[in-house]
Amino acid sequence: MDLVIEGLLAVLIPANFLFLTVGVFTGILFGALPGLTATMGLALLIPLTFTMNPTAGLIMLAGIYVGAMYGDAIPAILINTPGSPAAIATTFDGFPLAQKGMAQHGLVAAAFASAYGSLVANIVLITAAPPLAVFSLKFGPPEYFWLGVFGLTIIASLSSGSMIKGFLAGAVGLLLSAVGMSPIGGDVRMTFGFPQLQAGIELIVALIGFFCLPEILSNVVGKRRATYAKDLVTPTLSVIGEVIVSLLKKPVLMLRSSAIGTIVGFAPGAGGNIASMVSYNEAARWDSNPEEFGKGTIKGVAASEAANSAMAPGSLIPLLTLGIPGSPPAAVILGALMLHGMRPGAELFTTYANVTYAFMMALLVAAFLVTFIGSFGSFLFSRIINIPSRFLAPAIIFMTVLGSYSIRNNMLDVWIMFFFGLVGFISNKLKFHPAPIVLGLILGPFVEEGLVKSMLTGKAAGGILPYMVFRPISLVLIGLSLMSILWPFFAQWRSNRRQNRTAGSGRGESQCD
Amino acid sequence: MKYFASVVLSLLAVCVYSTFSTAAYPDKAITYTIPFGPGGQSDIEARRQQPLLEAALKQKIVVQYKPGGGGSVGWAELVQQKPNGYFMTGINIPHIILQPMARGNAGFATEDIVPVAFFQATPIGLAVLKDSPYKDLAAFIAHAQANPGAMTIGGSGTWSGHHVAHLQLGKMSGTEMTYIPSTGAADSVAQFLGGHVQALWANSSDLVQHADKIRILAYGTKKPFVGAPDVPTFESLGFPLYASIDRGVGLPPGTPVEIVKILEKAFLDIATDTEIQKRMIEEGYQPLAMGYEESKAYIADMVKQWEPIVKEFKKN
Repeated sequence: MDLVIEGLLAVLIPANFLFLTVGVFTGILFGALPGLTATMGLALLIPLTFTMNPTAGLIMLAGIYVGAMYGDAIPAILINTPGSPAAIATTFDGFPLAQKGMAQHGLVAAAFASAYGSLVANIVLITAAPPLAVFSLKFGPPEYFWLGVFGLTIIASLSSGSMIKGFLAGAVGLLLSAVGMSPIGGDVRMTFGFPQLQAGIELIVALIGFFCLPEILSNVVGKRRATYAKDLVTPTLSVIGEVIVSLLKKPVLMLRSSAIGTIVGFAPGAGGNIASMVSYNEAARWDSNPEEFGKGTIKGVAASEAANSAMAPGSLIPLLTLGIPGSPPAAVILGALMLHGMRPGAELFTTYANVTYAFMMALLVAAFLVTFIGSFGSFLFSRIINIPSRFLAPAIIFMTVLGSYSIRNNMLDVWIMFFFGLVGFISNKLKFHPAPIVLGLILGPFVEEGLVKSMLTGKAAGGILPYMVFRPISLVLIGLSLMSILWPFFAQWRSNRRQNRTAGSGRGESQCD
Repeated sequence: MKYFASVVLSLLAVCVYSTFSTAAYPDKAITYTIPFGPGGQSDIEARRQQPLLEAALKQKIVVQYKPGGGGSVGWAELVQQKPNGYFMTGINIPHIILQPMARGNAGFATEDIVPVAFFQATPIGLAVLKDSPYKDLAAFIAHAQANPGAMTIGGSGTWSGHHVAHLQLGKMSGTEMTYIPSTGAADSVAQFLGGHVQALWANSSDLVQHADKIRILAYGTKKPFVGAPDVPTFESLGFPLYASIDRGVGLPPGTPVEIVKILEKAFLDIATDTEIQKRMIEEGYQPLAMGYEESKAYIADMVKQWEPIVKEFKKN
């Protein structure tokens, strides 16, 4: 406990607090611009931290990490373009909100939920890291495979319109994920003679292509609308309080989303990309008004953002205790720790306890800074979509080109992005949602790796199927997958029954209470 | 006429510029590409060198990333750049040798890359968990021989240094063991610590980091590894197996030797700095200082060593 307070005091030293604030702003910027990632922001600042003392350096890195986890929500809400793959689910409700002229609601909900998720995960990190880290090691190849399968079952509920279309889109995504070098065998597949394609299709490029471009094409070019959203937004101070209070009234939603984010975060290698989707899916499933989801509700934004922000401290659990990074940004932080001669593991909590606790408290304080900056920043950010399309659309297209190029310094990626944009535009017209494609693209390598490794290990152990199925975590994940895939049928049956019972009584609830 | 004159003049200018440019090299910023993602060891090493290189060459060094394909995307880009010394890329052995050999369509050929210097090596070792029943390599091999195919050893990547070391050990000892590749070192270490594989091929830097939980059976070095002098080498146990990841920097094909020499000196001056060497050893690395000629000979030597192994195992 002394260490916790000492750590907090270290963060609140004016100089360190300044570093933290700079870090949070940098993080928000890197998170918000598609093509710039939290990983890049951290890597760029590492040389800077060479000359600083380790505490100040790590405090700044903490700020970047937490800031970026919120920043990616801003373009997701405003222009339907997730700043990072972790914010895909934020677009589902964030963008419809913005279209209704409620961008500020979405932004404040994202900021508050990010901070909330971050806070919950931090408390877990500070109090229960060692046992959870040991648990995280139990995830072997079969568990990865089943986690991936569970992720794919979300398609069933994502594509509420037509399940066939959803699974078709998911299959296309899986196929796209097979482009390039195979994760385990190292064979090069479907590169069509481009050596650059050995690296596969970059997720961010697909995100920009499938989410951002079709929206510009159809809304701005197709319908020749003067502004990006149907209704202009007029930010007011009262929205901040209103949104925060209504989210506080939903403790189950907030805690569940944060817990999902933390768990996915500390399973090594899983990454936060699916945390927000799983959380969004569960939020919609257990809500009393599931039909509000996807049409613009702050509950959807909060579910996604709380989970993806909780994943950041979550991924630090195996890092700080075992030296195993749970996400790419965590890997960069590992590099920074090593450069300062601090080896993760027991040493970090004894010899370097001061630095470690200051780092963890910095994550915590950064969460509050994010709420503050996000809430008041919403006045500025939300007005972005009031800019007339003739200025905004070219600016967005410019950013998409820059973003898809900068992620790997690869021109081919820009062409791929444009190609996906066209495909996305056409498939939107045919009522295919892009989310299953991207989900397939994210989970493809994950499932493939788990399956191939399980088969290799299972063969050595004498039986592939028993090795993959009869393990406690595997069984739980198989059960969850079955439940998830059968749920839409159950929900259909339930709503039919309910409609029969309460035929006639309409619903007229507003968004924010 | 005016147009013609200006073309001739500018051509002349280019000629004059290029003859003098070697003498004045470097007179503009140099791009240093990392063919991996940010935050990896190649990146961290480049960031350590960056300010020192800038001081030595009196020019800015711009570090950029070109990740993908286990490095091959970056090297495919390198061999297509102008050989003027303003574009260099980090190179790794065995990657630059094994990828073209095993894949055929990696986008570059090993001999296209002009090696400037190698400055850091990461010896590859074989480790088991502390509570494993195998106290030494002999016991480990004996068990593997008694149970063909049942011993699982993790490692990072297919046709990587770990994979080839695995194949070499299997061949030398006449045992069949199962290699379980992961997509990265962090992944394979997590699988190993979680007990999902029985042993692990890993780089010294990763093994040093988890020293309290594991037992290293042997290192693939010629002399005992400075970071862990008590661990035997494979050679001392009867297996002439040498395996390490060597990090260096390379230039496009056709780069003038004078330019190579200027960069070689800058890199070797940093690599031979005792303070930097000391830090590398602490982090689990073996400092190296191999210049242009030595690097070329080393690469040729390793090509000869690996060619038959890749040929033999590529068939099945």
